[in-house]
Amino acid sequence: MRKSFSFSSVATVLGFAFLYAPIVSLIIFSFNESKLVTVWAGFSTKWYVKLFQDPQILGAAWISLKIAFISASLAIILGTLAAYVLVRFRRFLGKNLLSGMITAPLVMPDVIIGLSLLLLFISMESLFGWPAGRGLTTIIIAHTTFCMAYVAVVVQSRLGDMDESLEEAALDLGAKPVRVFFDITLPVISPALVSGWLLSFTLSLDDLVIASFVSGPGASTLPMVIFSKVRLGVSPDINALATIIIVIVALGVLVAATKMKPEKGY
Amino acid sequence: MSKTMGHKPQQGLLGWFKRRGRTLVIAIPFWWLMVFFLIPFAVVFKISFAEAIIARPPYSQLFTFAENGVVQIKLVIANYGYLLEDSLYISAYWSSIKIAFVSTLITLLVAYPMAYYIARSPLRRRNVLLMLIILPFWTSFLLRVYAWIGILKTNGIINNVLMWLGITNEPFVMMQTDFAVYVAIVYTYLPFMVLPLFTNLVKLDQSLLEASNDLGANSLTTFFKITLPLSVPGIIAGSMLVFIPVVGEFVIPALLGGPDTLMIGKVLWNEFFSNRDWPVASAVAIVMLVLLVIPIMLLRNAQNASHEEGA
Repeated sequence: MRKSFSFSSVATVLGFAFLYAPIVSLIIFSFNESKLVTVWAGFSTKWYVKLFQDPQILGAAWISLKIAFISASLAIILGTLAAYVLVRFRRFLGKNLLSGMITAPLVMPDVIIGLSLLLLFISMESLFGWPAGRGLTTIIIAHTTFCMAYVAVVVQSRLGDMDESLEEAALDLGAKPVRVFFDITLPVISPALVSGWLLSFTLSLDDLVIASFVSGPGASTLPMVIFSKVRLGVSPDINALATIIIVIVALGVLVAATKMKPEKGY
Repeated sequence: MSKTMGHKPQQGLLGWFKRRGRTLVIAIPFWWLMVFFLIPFAVVFKISFAEAIIARPPYSQLFTFAENGVVQIKLVIANYGYLLEDSLYISAYWSSIKIAFVSTLITLLVAYPMAYYIARSPLRRRNVLLMLIILPFWTSFLLRVYAWIGILKTNGIINNVLMWLGITNEPFVMMQTDFAVYVAIVYTYLPFMVLPLFTNLVKLDQSLLEASNDLGANSLTTFFKITLPLSVPGIIAGSMLVFIPVVGEFVIPALLGGPDTLMIGKVLWNEFFSNRDWPVASAVAIVMLVLLVIPIMLLRNAQNASHEEGA
């Protein structure tokens, strides 16, 4: 036992170093005076100033935040419905198909999802005249679709752990199913809803490939702007942006972890 | 909610809604996914048989109405033939599968000891370590790939350190190589491997390990005869969670790979955005889907198996 344990502890330390070294390097070089990202030339916060004066990045960030907020909120509703149906309803026509359609978006390559949704939108437009053109709406639909799959997985595991006798007791005492859902089930699964919403929000904020396919003129999201900048090489203001995102996420996860003690790690 | 069956049926619209409630609750997520996930594949399939034309949208219609009212169907199989003819596509598929396979294997080797260690840690430390595994996953994928440019490029961090230490005088060329692609794939997909492995290993019955030790097996034998075989569902689930999306990966080969790094996700992207040949891009996507059917089935089976265990 001892031998494999010590090997695994060394491997774990190295693994975590591998996970965090690039993130640390991003943060350090965001405070670098020099434009050459990897040559240290003294401490400076000028890239943060430059970042907040860049109208292109600020505009794209605002678009991305809007999309992420709406997509995450829609995904919570649809994903929770899907999870509830899959866990609580014993049998119904298409249950296997539904559970397949919930799992597949988690692993489906982005290029396939992006291409297929774009072709769908174009076909729908020529058949029904909706959606007219592409932009925020089409990105929101696309993001809602893959985010609801993540929400469903998170909520499914929480519903599976939940003590079903609570719901049964309420039903036996004469409560209506809808009321049982809102008064008993929803409060119990609320930590999963919070983490599902946050996960959807960050996934939406992060998506480059799907948004590039289904976006239209005038709807450049933050990852699309970052990608076009990064393709030309490293630039320190992207490091500054990365640092801001990392700090916000780390704070968010810390707050969530201390607020939601009883929940399992994920 | 089969328990509601015993209630007296109610009259009116409200009653109808309550009786149909179950169907409605199923229908909303079901039809959303049908319309925005499954049907799009049918559309891709259809357009993969169209012809690229200069128009908006840039493909021909499969069904046309002739003057005498007959529906004409024109299927162009040439798009698939084109994939076979041009060696670019076959080698791109092959090299995507190779890169995905090798990087899945490396990710497994890196992730397994970590998952094993975390599963055996005391509860408090376990939760902290799990959070540290998940944390990078919450920060932008794109920016984490970007971080490797600064580390791997010719005047990047690794080369600066190596030259400063005097280990080398000439910088190593690591950017725009397959090596950079492998590093970034293992890096970004590591949490997807660690989590299912952890979920499996944490459920491992300790008494089996004790029994094995009591019977005189050393720790290596115990690991290979008991721990490893029992963790196969976790290995399959984690491997598929890495392998499937990596086959179609675009961002990593686009940012870190060189012109020789052929990956089908990048080919599809270029076919679509640069060549604007939507039918061929659709055919590329359909073939990729067909290749991924078996891995996706494997993943489904592994996940169903672990759900049944948990119940």
